[in-house]
Amino acid sequence: MSDEKGNVTNEWPLWEVFVRPKAGLDHKHCGSLHAADAAMAVQMAREVYTRRQEGTSVWVVRSMDITASDPGEKDMYFDPMEDKVYRHPTFYELPEAVNHM
Amino acid sequence: MSGSAQSVRLNLTSSVQYVLRIADTCLIHAQRLSEWCGHGPVLEEDIALTNMALDLIGQARALLTRAGQLEGQGLDEDQLAFLRDERQFFNLTLVEQPMRRSSAHSPGGDFADTTLRNFLLASWLKQVWQGLLSSSDAQLAAIAAKALKEVRYHQQHAGDWVVRLGDGSEESARRMSAALERAWPYSAEMFVADVVDGAAAEQGLGAARSSLRGAWLADVLAVLDKAGLKAPADTPFLSSGTQGVHSEHLGFILAEMQSLQRQHPGGHW
Repeated sequence: MSDEKGNVTNEWPLWEVFVRPKAGLDHKHCGSLHAADAAMAVQMAREVYTRRQEGTSVWVVRSMDITASDPGEKDMYFDPMEDKVYRHPTFYELPEAVNHM
Repeated sequence: MSGSAQSVRLNLTSSVQYVLRIADTCLIHAQRLSEWCGHGPVLEEDIALTNMALDLIGQARALLTRAGQLEGQGLDEDQLAFLRDERQFFNLTLVEQPMRRSSAHSPGGDFADTTLRNFLLASWLKQVWQGLLSSSDAQLAAIAAKALKEVRYHQQHAGDWVVRLGDGSEESARRMSAALERAWPYSAEMFVADVVDGAAAEQGLGAARSSLRGAWLADVLAVLDKAGLKAPADTPFLSSGTQGVHSEHLGFILAEMQSLQRQHPGGHW
């Protein structure tokens, strides 16, 4: 087994697991696991994360294939949105017919 | 606490024995698989092995309950599991064999033995359950419908490992090949024709074991082929667990499995 830099490791690669609780809903991230390849990751996800009927579908993706925002840049990235209430659609008058939106 | 630690004696009919053969094979296989709990090669596989053991215990419980009803003395699943003596267990001898080397002094195989045995058995149980789908006994048919989904997954999961290890490194291929040599002679018992099977087939209770070999072999050879393994030659050896005559290992399993019920009769928690 070798990692992305070609170093030999004894660990299987890490996979992120997404489970869809029922048809029509989104797949939700529920955790991670180690597996030798994608097929094994799907089986292990079934074993580890759907034992209590949590899911009807499973996605897995190599953790190293996920690009994440930098936690150190959280201020710059997310704080400026704090005072922009006008971006929330709360100022529209809704007709009676769409009451439950 | 109530009840008695006295062993139960069965009024053995062919129907009861037919059901107990499947029930006990599931139960003892589950007991062996559960020895891996906390010792799996990786956390994920540890959970997988335990999940499969629990599926098998569920199947055994349902079958033991049905066997108790067919037997007629009102014995329940616990009495049948914990108060029967060795000669009244009818599991395949294969499932009694040590599966995990737990210490330098303990006999038994390694993960290759576990996963290969699980694959051979799941492939067999799949045929057994398929035969029971159309059983004249509605309860057995209902149990089979649920169990078939579970065992199809066991077959896939274990079969994947057989391919990975058989077609893996030199060392893993050597071990899987050795595991195959060890397990194969015991597979003959899965397909023996006898009066119990004949009667079951005649009554429409379930398939005769002797009719299952073709479909089993097709599944098994497909996986062995992918794994780069060859099926060993058949031998004259024939184990006899399904007749109630066991290897030296079953007694130890039962001692461990039954000791609590024997010491605290009727205890539950």
